[in-house]
Amino acid sequence: MSHFLDRLLFFRKNVDSFSNGHGVVTNEDRSWEDAYRNRWAHDRIVRSTHGANCTGSCSWKIYVKGGIVTWETQQTDYPRTRPDLPNHEPRGCSRGASYSWYLYSANRLKYPMVRGRLIRMWRSAKVQHKDPVLAWASIVEDPAKTQSYKAIRGRGGFVRSTWDEVNEIIGAANVYTAKSYGPDRIIGFSPIPAMSMVSYAAGSRYLSLIGGVCMSFYDWYCDLPPSSPQTWGEQTDVPESADWYNSNFLMLWGSNVPQTRTPDAHFMTEVRYKGAKVVVVTPDYSEASKFADVWLAPKQGTDAAMAMAMGHVILKEFHADKTVPYFADYCRQYTDMPHLVRLVQRDGRYVADRLVRASDFADKLDQANNPDWKTVCIDENTGKIVPPQGSIGFRWGEQGKWNLEEKAADGAAIKPRLSLIDARDDVVPVGFPYFGGQTHEHFPHSPHPDVLMRNVPVKKLQLADGETLVATVYDLFMANYGVDRGLGGENIARSYDDDAPYTPAWQEKITGVPRERVIATARAFADNAAQTNGKSMVILGAAVNHWYHGDMIYRGIINLLVMCGCVGQSGGGWSHYVGQEKLRPQTGWTPLAFALDWVRPPRQQNSTSFFYAHTSQWRHETLGVEEILSPTADKTSMQGSLIDFNVRAERMGWLPSAPQLEVNPLQVTRDAAKAGEEPGPYLVKQLKSGGIKLSCTDPDNPKNFPRNMFVWRSNLLGSSGKGHEYFLKYMLGAQHGVQGKDLGVEGRAKPQEVVWHEHGAEGKLDLLVTIDFRMSTTCMYSDIVLPTATWYEKHDLNTSDMHPFIHPLSAAVDPAWQARSDWEIFKGIAKAFSAAAPGHLGVEKDLVLNPSMHDSPGELGQPFAVKDWTKGECDPIPGKTMPSLTVVERDYPNTYKRFTALGPLMTRIGNGGKGISWKTEDEVRFLGELNGTVAEEGPTKGLPRIDSDIDAAEVILTLAPETNGHVAVKAWQALGKATGIDHTHLALPREDDKIRFRDVQAQPRKIISSPTWSGLESEKVSYTASYTNVHELIPWRTLTGRQQLYQDHPWMLAFGEGLCVYRPPIDTKATTPMLGKRSNGNKEIALNFITPHQKWGIHSTYTDNLMMLTLSRGGPIVWLSEIDAQSIGIEDNDWIEAFNLNGALVARAVVSQRVPKGMVLMYHAQEKIVNVPGSEITHARGGIHNSVTRACLKPTHMIGGYAQQSYGFNYHGTIGTNRDEFVIVRKMAKVDWLDGPARDIPAAAE
Amino acid sequence: MAGYLHQFFFGIYPYICLSAFLIGSLVRFDREQYTWRSGSSQLLRARQLRWGSNLFHIGILFLFAGHFVGLLTPHVVYELVITAQAKQLMAVVSGGIAGTVCFIGLTMLLHRRLFDARIRATSSPMDIAILFLLWIQLVLGMVTLPFSLSHSDGSVMLALSEWAQRIVTFRGGAADLILGVDWPFKLHLFFGLTIFLVFPFSRLVHIWSAPVWYVLRKPQVVRRRGSGRTLPIGGE
Repeated sequence: MSHFLDRLLFFRKNVDSFSNGHGVVTNEDRSWEDAYRNRWAHDRIVRSTHGANCTGSCSWKIYVKGGIVTWETQQTDYPRTRPDLPNHEPRGCSRGASYSWYLYSANRLKYPMVRGRLIRMWRSAKVQHKDPVLAWASIVEDPAKTQSYKAIRGRGGFVRSTWDEVNEIIGAANVYTAKSYGPDRIIGFSPIPAMSMVSYAAGSRYLSLIGGVCMSFYDWYCDLPPSSPQTWGEQTDVPESADWYNSNFLMLWGSNVPQTRTPDAHFMTEVRYKGAKVVVVTPDYSEASKFADVWLAPKQGTDAAMAMAMGHVILKEFHADKTVPYFADYCRQYTDMPHLVRLVQRDGRYVADRLVRASDFADKLDQANNPDWKTVCIDENTGKIVPPQGSIGFRWGEQGKWNLEEKAADGAAIKPRLSLIDARDDVVPVGFPYFGGQTHEHFPHSPHPDVLMRNVPVKKLQLADGETLVATVYDLFMANYGVDRGLGGENIARSYDDDAPYTPAWQEKITGVPRERVIATARAFADNAAQTNGKSMVILGAAVNHWYHGDMIYRGIINLLVMCGCVGQSGGGWSHYVGQEKLRPQTGWTPLAFALDWVRPPRQQNSTSFFYAHTSQWRHETLGVEEILSPTADKTSMQGSLIDFNVRAERMGWLPSAPQLEVNPLQVTRDAAKAGEEPGPYLVKQLKSGGIKLSCTDPDNPKNFPRNMFVWRSNLLGSSGKGHEYFLKYMLGAQHGVQGKDLGVEGRAKPQEVVWHEHGAEGKLDLLVTIDFRMSTTCMYSDIVLPTATWYEKHDLNTSDMHPFIHPLSAAVDPAWQARSDWEIFKGIAKAFSAAAPGHLGVEKDLVLNPSMHDSPGELGQPFAVKDWTKGECDPIPGKTMPSLTVVERDYPNTYKRFTALGPLMTRIGNGGKGISWKTEDEVRFLGELNGTVAEEGPTKGLPRIDSDIDAAEVILTLAPETNGHVAVKAWQALGKATGIDHTHLALPREDDKIRFRDVQAQPRKIISSPTWSGLESEKVSYTASYTNVHELIPWRTLTGRQQLYQDHPWMLAFGEGLCVYRPPIDTKATTPMLGKRSNGNKEIALNFITPHQKWGIHSTYTDNLMMLTLSRGGPIVWLSEIDAQSIGIEDNDWIEAFNLNGALVARAVVSQRVPKGMVLMYHAQEKIVNVPGSEITHARGGIHNSVTRACLKPTHMIGGYAQQSYGFNYHGTIGTNRDEFVIVRKMAKVDWLDGPARDIPAAAE
Repeated sequence: MAGYLHQFFFGIYPYICLSAFLIGSLVRFDREQYTWRSGSSQLLRARQLRWGSNLFHIGILFLFAGHFVGLLTPHVVYELVITAQAKQLMAVVSGGIAGTVCFIGLTMLLHRRLFDARIRATSSPMDIAILFLLWIQLVLGMVTLPFSLSHSDGSVMLALSEWAQRIVTFRGGAADLILGVDWPFKLHLFFGLTIFLVFPFSRLVHIWSAPVWYVLRKPQVVRRRGSGRTLPIGGE
């Protein structure tokens, strides 16, 4: 009761003694011990989850004691599944369980902070200039000043500031940048909206209102498999993990399920008890391997060779030698296999060209609407050439025929002919490109001619331009695999032991996997699919997706699934789990996130191309286009370097650009008005005459720099920034570790389309603002760091591809210290921006350039040859041969008001997504009642409020079909108009269901089926991708409307990827120039640098968490094989350095039997802020895994304006591959902790 | 007016200070156990602390003991052993030495607290105020030394100890006893009392809990199970 009174018993506290008086027993007050017990007590439990990019979306109980989060445990109250399926719980893993450590850790960001030198300049500038915009100008227009704070980025020196002060700086900087250079110089990077969609929307809404640029992430992270948009016209759609339980044959191909999908792994282990077979394909002995009935270990990066050999076996045994009716029917109805392809003569041989279109015929097959975009096949019943319904030409400009019913355009029932083998006019040898003979220092090859001539059955067609040979995709496909169909000719395999591409014997040489294992696996895979109508599934992941030619590995696997009819069947299909891509209420979220309620279109940029250009990685490019071109390509039309291809893609409206024009787009509209012209035609004229240039042609010109950048919900520099050291050098102007010299110094060929400056620009960004709850690597390099609410301190929504629930993040406690939620942070910035704008920016007209977008009529832009308007090959026509141009009105002084109210376009235009649209008046009215309407005078008066994060969540939930049954029915109706089929039965049973924010806090709720996605939520099936394509006959959003196995764009053919082939990893040439040149006395070895996902973290999150550090080794580690380690004298736990031309990193070695010879394995994204010494190569601290990587673009990912190969944000575009990279590994001679004061005084942090 | 002020500062103020000192300490000890600490900054910076703190503590402990014994021991008791003149001389000499040691240490601590940016940034206003207060009090104490020597008969010393003894034994007329002492003594008394006043609001509370018993402690201490604690887990 009283500590003092207890002390009065001082002389009575000793009650006993022992050990001859050496010990004493006391009877004293022990209530102080409750302090320790209360550490694990609670007075409140709140449901939340973790906004990490782990796809978990696990339900957690957050325990709170006296306003302090004490700990968390897994929730177990998910909605049930169904009687024959295990339930979901418990979900969660050790990483999530350690999260509460962050809240009160020393690494928590507690106050807004600014780089010391910058804040001193700002404060003195503010004394001179009352106007904050002028104050900012006085700093950034003085090179000495900017140099002083940019050069010190990453080296400490933050000082505490206040929210008012930081908001004023940011608002002023944004106003200055928009006014002086253009709003498209204000960049925002935030990934994976599904992790915390309101937080994402906060920043993207602000940026979209002011005309800033939102950056993509899925492609940049290399989580996007380009094969998915290529094949299905779909970013990625995958089964929920519960559907694994419906499978009978599971392949885990480059996906370490128990380690990286921990909460879902139970479905995989449980289905084994039901008798499912599990095959694991991975070069290392991963955690997944121990669950395998068969473990196949191909040499890393050669998986496509194995997939091709499996395909060879399946085609031979299940298609050629005998016919499985289910497989044949599936291929006929759901794939492009029966569609006809033109064969053309090139270099004296036939090669496959593009798909035949209705417009190729003199009568256009009676197709007035989009004949260029209607593919054709032969009707087996009548022998006539018909354009079957469902191709993309039926999607736009007409209604009711875009479906997969087996009907011709005129409605007649047809049976497309799969193969011409029984109806052929002739058999001709056709050339197929072969890349497996290319030599590579570190990968085996199998020499064969680089063009394989193989016999194909053909038909002669009389087309408008003369007689042409055609073949079906199916026949080309069979020939490509080298299957002997009795047509004779060269390069076919008479047995599996023939060394002909792509037999099991052939692959053995490349992958090292015994042929009989490949044969047995392929046979079992197909046999199971034949018996179960497609219940064979492949779970695949980053390990195969992160290769430069990863799309070949993917297409090799997709081919297996398609030829066995697995895609779209429950328990079967393609399960790509990389990145939490499934933002389930996407169409409800999009208007909030991109301010589509106020201004359309938003500026959205593909990050890989952006960072490649603006971190000057192109200045160090080592991969020549000629190295990756097909031997059948016309090389004269494919000249230039990788960035040239990207510039052409931007110019032709294929890929987006940021910044867009060398001239401020606000100025372009003013100049057009002065000239008395409309801005669009004015710009076209200026572009044509060269009066205005596109920014992409000169990234080193200060006019084209990205100037301000926001990073939130991301650790761009500590995790995903491929080419980390190039970021530091060129974008930030900071201390860096780039070892290589640029193309100029090296004397290599320079780009053709891009201006070359002798010295690459450094320190492009004037202001880098990072919002985080912890001091990450990115924060360390920022100018302003803002403390945000943790995942237990804010209200938000979270969804995953792994389960069908919508899940809340909840504020179990208020944000600690001065932290604020992201929604509040961007509200504050919007307010400061609005206040700073008057006098500089008023109501302005902004000219927005947009590429030809997928799921819009623009995807029918460029049907045939590639034509570049700058070369006079065609006219610049916005939206067709060049980016579309839209004038957008921005009301800068009212940015804050617009931010906090739902704008009028939702009522005026409505909402939609993926090519369909519907009206939303009812939902807007409802939101007005729910959130209240704005009462204050001004442009937002009477509109629904979006003040709080919960208001924002309600906007999403109300507008999305997945969470509002009425909208779902409307959406299915809208789709039904296009397909001519009534789909509303999929949503009618839940028409009156409305999921509110408080509902999901009570329990995660299962979403409602919506046409945004290709799977269903129902009592009968688990969610699985392409289910509605197969069962509701909704076309895939591709050229043929079917699964597109043949890619006929001219660039796809030029790079030899019309059909799937094996391509060895590229040679990045990053190690040879350094091997043995910078010796520290220890032996060196070049090894393949493999960066799989973590065991002790989710990307960089948790890698600085004491709990997780304790479970691993307390800092960065790299895994090595015993053989390689021995050869260079490395023992377990030695400090090693890995380096190449891109930079260097240091880590401890884990020497393990797990790892095969020839590779090092470094868990992706281990922060360089914990236990990292200095590098002997760069003399700077450590480096992260991306210090030795550099992004390398692939031209086939730049294609646009071509059906499924059209741009979509995070849907399609260049990807940041990194696994082809090699590093030199050696033991460190001296471990320098760089603990002394900074040596170069001007850069010393103060 | 001057008479009233004298009466207030040396007749009433002592009781205010001692009340605040005792009641304040009691309340803080009972209510704010987690704040009951010395607030050491050793982890932040050891430099200047080892010498400063040790010198200061050696000096101040000697001075504290000297004042305690010197002021509160009745004259009749020590007269048996030592004369007042001798006692005063001893006090001046030993106090002067201890004061010097303490002065060096305290000055180092004060300097460190003010001019080491890291320590300064983590100091509360009270941390700085208490050091200033101690420093002023110590200087004043030193200033009294020459005045003491000018009354080598020990009469002032006797008056001061009589004053102190009257205060703590609640006998009236204490203030009148020191009406005529020199100003340094009065100031020294005032600041000394003020230290008692702010004591419970500062890190000085650690003095109550000086771990002196540690010296006599048995090598192994075992607490009896279940004793003392009657509340359920999580209860308050």
